[in-house]
Amino acid sequence: MTVNSENTERRVVSVIVVNEASVLSRITNLFSGRGYNITSLTVAPIPDSKYSRLTIVTAGSIRVIEQITKQLHKLIPVLKVYEHADLVEKEMALVKFPISENLNEISILCEAYNGKIVNSGGNMIIAMVADEPKRVGHFLDAIKRYNPKEIVRSGAVALER
Amino acid sequence: MQISGAQMVIETFIAEGVTTVFGYPGGAIMNVYDEIYKQDGFKHILNRHEQASIHAAEGYAKASGKVGVAMITSGPGFTNAVTGLADAYMDSVPMVVISGQVPMSLIGTDGFQEIDAVGISRPCTKHNYLVTDAADLPRVLKEAFYIARTGRPGPVHVDIPKDVTAQIAEYNYDIEVNLETYKPHIKGNPRQIKKAIEAIANAKRPLFYLGGGVINSGASEVVREFVHKTGIPAVETLMARGVLSYDDELLVGMLGMHGSYSSNMAMSETDLVIGLGARFDDRVTGKLSEFAKNADVIHVDIDPASISKLVNADFPIVGDLKNVVTDMLKQIDKIDSDKYESWRETIINFAELHPLTFHEDSDRLKPQWVVKRVGELLGDSANISTDVGQHQMWAAQFYPFSRPNQWITSGGLGTMGFGFPAAIGVKAACPDKTSINFTGDGSILMNVQELMTAVETKIPVINIILNNNFLGMVRQWQTLFYDKRHSETDLTAQPDFVKLSEAFGGIGYRVTTKEEFDAALKDAVEKNIVTFIEVIVERFENVMPMVPSGGSLFNMMLLEKKETK
Repeated sequence: MTVNSENTERRVVSVIVVNEASVLSRITNLFSGRGYNITSLTVAPIPDSKYSRLTIVTAGSIRVIEQITKQLHKLIPVLKVYEHADLVEKEMALVKFPISENLNEISILCEAYNGKIVNSGGNMIIAMVADEPKRVGHFLDAIKRYNPKEIVRSGAVALER
Repeated sequence: MQISGAQMVIETFIAEGVTTVFGYPGGAIMNVYDEIYKQDGFKHILNRHEQASIHAAEGYAKASGKVGVAMITSGPGFTNAVTGLADAYMDSVPMVVISGQVPMSLIGTDGFQEIDAVGISRPCTKHNYLVTDAADLPRVLKEAFYIARTGRPGPVHVDIPKDVTAQIAEYNYDIEVNLETYKPHIKGNPRQIKKAIEAIANAKRPLFYLGGGVINSGASEVVREFVHKTGIPAVETLMARGVLSYDDELLVGMLGMHGSYSSNMAMSETDLVIGLGARFDDRVTGKLSEFAKNADVIHVDIDPASISKLVNADFPIVGDLKNVVTDMLKQIDKIDSDKYESWRETIINFAELHPLTFHEDSDRLKPQWVVKRVGELLGDSANISTDVGQHQMWAAQFYPFSRPNQWITSGGLGTMGFGFPAAIGVKAACPDKTSINFTGDGSILMNVQELMTAVETKIPVINIILNNNFLGMVRQWQTLFYDKRHSETDLTAQPDFVKLSEAFGGIGYRVTTKEEFDAALKDAVEKNIVTFIEVIVERFENVMPMVPSGGSLFNMMLLEKKETK
């Protein structure tokens, strides 16, 4: 019986790895070498442990996601792989605006997306929002009219409920 | 005890029971070679190219079932070895490969003979290490041997900078491997095993599908018992040749692109595939959507990633085969072997309809005859290595394999140049068996320098060169699928193979008749020295039957029917 190719879905995979040299490239090599997508990837040490946690947003059919999970597991420094179903997911974005824009409106928009203006300089301000990745996308659409000069997204982090 | 990193490498090898190391020295690995000079705990075999060192260690590992060990220097020494690493990775060969690296202070400076070795070996090893402190070496090497031989075996690469091999540190090898993140799953889930046994008992046309994992796991004996007690027919992949003896009534044959008609038809007609240590490679399945279309699949494998990768497993069992099959044998009374009688007859009918054979219809010798003849003359007393191409498929099809670890070939990567050095490693591991390398006129030139290794170390490999003056397998595809445009596959320009072997101190024969061949082989076995037997064979012989690439297994190109002489 052959596996049918199925529709591509967005999935979030968390990987717990030993903190050691080149562990990140083992993960990213695996994705590139096997032709899997990485939409976003975040990594940071887990406090008070020898491990780090990676959150990878990827896309693929159920079969591909299953392979990704198994292949990640095969890597020697990988402790655990979670392929999330029910999760809380957040992403941060920083946006730089010219100071001449309507700061009041920007500030109100930021608040609607769990954010605020976090820095201001002589000719620019920086706003921050932290929300679900999809909502961060909505925010970035909404602020287009205020001439954002630079946008940086953090990539998603997630925890299972 | 306080010793240098280089000494640690030696001590480790001895502690691991390593008796043979294949390698080639160079600048960055000199400290270790200095210690090799001083010791007599193991033998070092000097190949004449780093790629050959790795293949020789692979041959050694495959024939002996032990971890193969090779040692090379940095930069070009390492990059030469990459093909071997990739080959070992694809075929799950347990290996530890040590490479020298430039001193730590030079790493990242584009130093002489510097290359990011662990960066390159990452996708073609099971695991790798760059050792930055000699104090880590005992642990790293212990882990390397452990990782190489456990779970799904594979090559582990350890890169050691030159200053680390000079560094003095505490050596204690009496340590436990404690890898929290690596715990291979050995025992199969009892509930899954029970379900699988029920599925077998309920099946009407079950079929064993045996892969190289059976050999890797040392499970051949229990698998033989399983097959015989259930009376269920079995097909073997290329890597599983020898799991069942050639004369076993339940062995249908090899399946896949150049598998037998009966094997491929059995796979197409079965209602239950019992996959043991096989990975549903594209050369086996042909068109996936048509593969074993009406069958449920039991898949036993140590590597969870192999299960449901290409073909969905209805009964997945993760575990070591020997362990799982032993557990399955305990419930074997639920299976009634008489039930499969008509299925066995169906398969016999397939085999009678299109047997695996060839026609002796040429003035020149047929390559298949040569393989068969070696089988008749040497049979069980020889280990058989091959290079890659037509000769490899003929050897797989026509040699009478009678035991596991008798057959040593490059399956996954398909590396031309594998056979000769591998056969050297095989002979080093099994000195009592004749080591034959079936090769082609294309492949043999890809590691021909190993004549020197074999002569120097007095390792008598018999290379049987099936010479058709073609890069035969590519020529076959060009003939069949590229309208006979034989682009760059005509190898008429050739050395004098007899003189070539003699130039290195070996012996050589050029044979054109059956009598000459018999005499040459007999002579070579007696003389016990590295040999080339160049056999002039029919130029345009094709490997048949054949499933065209991407075609369905049941849709084979077959040997033309002729009256056999």
